Amino acid sequence: MSPRVFGRPGVRPEGPELLPVFPPEYTAAAVLRTTPFHRRTEALCEAGNWRRWSGFLAASSYELHHDREYWAIRNSAGLIDVSPLHKYRIQGVDAERLLDRLVTRNVAKCAIHQVLYTPWCDEAGKVMDDGTLCRLADDVFRLTSALPNLRWLLDNARGLNVQIEDVSDALAALALQGPNARAILTEAAGGVADDLGYFRLTEGAIGGAPVQITRTGYTGDLGYEIWTEPQHALTLWDALMAAGRAHRVVPAGLLALDVARVEAGLILIEVDYVPSHQAVIEARKSSPYEIGMGWTVKLDKPGFVGRDALMAERARGPEWEFKGLEVSWDAMESLYGAVGLPPQLPSEGWRTSVPVYAGNRQVGYATSGCWSPLLKKYIALAHLQTPHSATGTHLSMEITVEHHRKKAAARVVEPQFFNPDRKRSNPGRADRS
Amino acid sequence: MSAGFDTVVIGGGHNGLVTAAYLAKAGQGVLVVERRELLGGAATTEEIFPGYRVDTGAHRLGGLSAQVVADLGLTGHGLEVLAADPTVFTPVGNGIPLTLWRDPRETAESIRRISRPDAEAWVPFTELVGKAASFLQAAWTTTPPDVTGSDLGDLLAGAKLGLKLRGLGRKDMAEVMRILPMSIYELLDEWFESDLVRGTVAASAIGGLCQGPMSGGTVYTFLHHHVGAGAGVIRPTERVRGGVGQLSEAIASACRQYGAEVRTGAPVERILVDDGAAKGVVIAGGEEVRAERVVSSADPRRTFVHLLPPDAIGPDFARKIDHVRFRGVCAKVHLGLAGLPDFTCLPGAGPHLEGVISISPSLEYLERAYDPVKYGAISDAPYLELSIPSLADPGVAPAGKHLASIVMQYAPFSLRDGAWDEAARNSIGDLVVRTLARYAPNIEAVVEGRHVMTPLDLQERFGLTEGNIYHGEMTLDQLLFMRPVPGAARYRAPVKGLYLCGAGTHPGGGVTGMPGLNAARGILKD
Repeated sequence: MSPRVFGRPGVRPEGPELLPVFPPEYTAAAVLRTTPFHRRTEALCEAGNWRRWSGFLAASSYELHHDREYWAIRNSAGLIDVSPLHKYRIQGVDAERLLDRLVTRNVAKCAIHQVLYTPWCDEAGKVMDDGTLCRLADDVFRLTSALPNLRWLLDNARGLNVQIEDVSDALAALALQGPNARAILTEAAGGVADDLGYFRLTEGAIGGAPVQITRTGYTGDLGYEIWTEPQHALTLWDALMAAGRAHRVVPAGLLALDVARVEAGLILIEVDYVPSHQAVIEARKSSPYEIGMGWTVKLDKPGFVGRDALMAERARGPEWEFKGLEVSWDAMESLYGAVGLPPQLPSEGWRTSVPVYAGNRQVGYATSGCWSPLLKKYIALAHLQTPHSATGTHLSMEITVEHHRKKAAARVVEPQFFNPDRKRSNPGRADRS
Repeated sequence: MSAGFDTVVIGGGHNGLVTAAYLAKAGQGVLVVERRELLGGAATTEEIFPGYRVDTGAHRLGGLSAQVVADLGLTGHGLEVLAADPTVFTPVGNGIPLTLWRDPRETAESIRRISRPDAEAWVPFTELVGKAASFLQAAWTTTPPDVTGSDLGDLLAGAKLGLKLRGLGRKDMAEVMRILPMSIYELLDEWFESDLVRGTVAASAIGGLCQGPMSGGTVYTFLHHHVGAGAGVIRPTERVRGGVGQLSEAIASACRQYGAEVRTGAPVERILVDDGAAKGVVIAGGEEVRAERVVSSADPRRTFVHLLPPDAIGPDFARKIDHVRFRGVCAKVHLGLAGLPDFTCLPGAGPHLEGVISISPSLEYLERAYDPVKYGAISDAPYLELSIPSLADPGVAPAGKHLASIVMQYAPFSLRDGAWDEAARNSIGDLVVRTLARYAPNIEAVVEGRHVMTPLDLQERFGLTEGNIYHGEMTLDQLLFMRPVPGAARYRAPVKGLYLCGAGTHPGGGVTGMPGLNAARGILKD
């Protein structure tokens, strides 16, 4: 058998003619789209470790291991390219009416420059997607989502006086996440975000690039997302990296982000739940109550999509709950010890369905899990049948030890494993008062 | 605000009035509100020219339900149905024309002069049509099963009813199932060789359809128009003395007798919806009429998109309604005549003028008439169905004069080039008269008055979306339990207290009274 040749695309290795290599025009970027920050992220991505995100190239990790990027998010600041998010601009006298019909949260109560995190449901009350909704002006909103939603927006907008525009390509976005994020922005944006409240928006300029800054993110930490037009993207990146140097900013990829979001107990579509319009069987669909989003469902607001079904479900109580699991260290030690190994820890987040048991009966399944480097715990996010979902319940989770399926003791906890005060706190405002 | 009614019916077309009459007869307090000053919807008679009573919409009945006539005692309210015999005359430029009579043997004799094999085939063909139409009739009188629901029993009951009611033999059943989805072209290929016979029969399959006789499923529409036609009758031509509007007046009279109130000149602006349930209507000008339930005889697009507040129906249902096809292709031309048309193939007056006169010299002629509409253009040589009601019913025209009412196909609602303006309207009138003149050259000389309605005019005058005369195309995917859309075919809208009773519901369009009857039965059951 001939040896296979690996190498950089289009670069032929020295030596005799071996197997054909990729033709010169083939690059990953020729197949997937690149974000407006790609010239910077590509140069920094030493690992060449890319993955696909909504049709875009996204860095999984910049270095060979994501460890340093993760620690930056928790100890200094990580800079994450989140441009592949879908974004919609909704404008018009009926914009609020449309969105209040669409999402479960109360949009009428959303102040200008406030951001709501919210899911939205189909008519059967099953979650289709989740994202952030920002009120930019009285009758102008921006909705972000993981999946394309233009058709659903248009379907719901029939007869309403609104304009809906897919602005996904018109906005580049960076997430600046971590305890030093505020200090970096103070330097880069001249203090406009110093007293920016949790889930609020402000406008300003960074390195001359006009930006919108929201105090949002997917890490459960102090953090911001910064939005700008694509032509300003590189300016923004350079200015943040320059201002961040003294604050140890590190470009971070999706592997680091994934560990952070599991620690924060933040749910991920297509991993922790199946969007209802993609589910091939009913059982794969989830209501907001079943995936920890019950708090977003405002049943007292009139006529939103799925309301009738959600009223009924609340009355009879959900069948599933989305909770955290802490896997017992002692159990790990003894299971691995039995085969002569120290506990093997998943340093990358995993995304498979793992059975959870009460005794010998399966009562749920975990959908995400990882070793939390910060908490020094093996944690997982799990769907549990309601009789077994109370915090403190002792269950067990399947782990595979040297090819054998075992059960490790685990305890049900609230899914926010890590929830620091700095996520919401506002020292800027406190200082002034 | 007006006093509350049990039911308010939107639209005083014949189906709305039928539903209202049945509900009032059952003791409900019913109000019918009609947008126009006159009743009947698309089954109405108007004085377009002085002294002429013109059926501006439908100019013949479409298998009017005998049950409705009997239940509501319509004969006692002045209804007189005139069944023409012969039913159809198909002229040719030169040669032997075709006449269809109510008696199939008489028709066979007419055909014998054109084609001996076709003459032999005619009676057996009418027998097949009779069996198939009687099968459909069983389905017509039944509320369609809900196939989108989980109630399989309901589905089976519906299917059994349809199968058992008529007791069709196994062989006939199989034949009916075989032919239903075919094109009329394919079916007629199996039966007839003569262009004239094929064209004359096929014309009955394409009425109101944005399809030609070579399109799949046209056998269904052909059979639809033969439900209740009577044994051996192909293309029945039934009119109402005084104009089809007299039918609507008779039903309205029955309504009033049963205590229902009928208001004209009262356009509904919107349906009142409160907490997810229909609670009445708002008349233009702001008057609110409260009712326990609202029944709309308007077409599904008008009902769900224009009359309901935008968020009253869910996005999935709204999408289905958006996808209901209308695509009107009919224009209507009315001519005041100083004398009768004189056909070169059969000169002079005679019984041949008393049915409808069908300009359909061959099946291919009809298909060619359809071809341009696919690309948004008007037929070069259109299909015409001309009716001269003044022969059997002289009261509809001044003494010594005649009235011609013509349905012309195809004129697409959406024109690729231009719009339905005065020039386009006139071009339709010219085209129709020019087409007739090929067969009856005196026509241009005897026309005294001309009135043209384009598909846009049909929409504006009658509220027919895109000018579709049947409230939605009568294609296989928009029939039975899929009319107007799957999940709403049982006359109940997905808004509590809101019902449909118009031609957009099962069994569909034509002056039959069946949707109105079926809807009333469903409402009274709830």
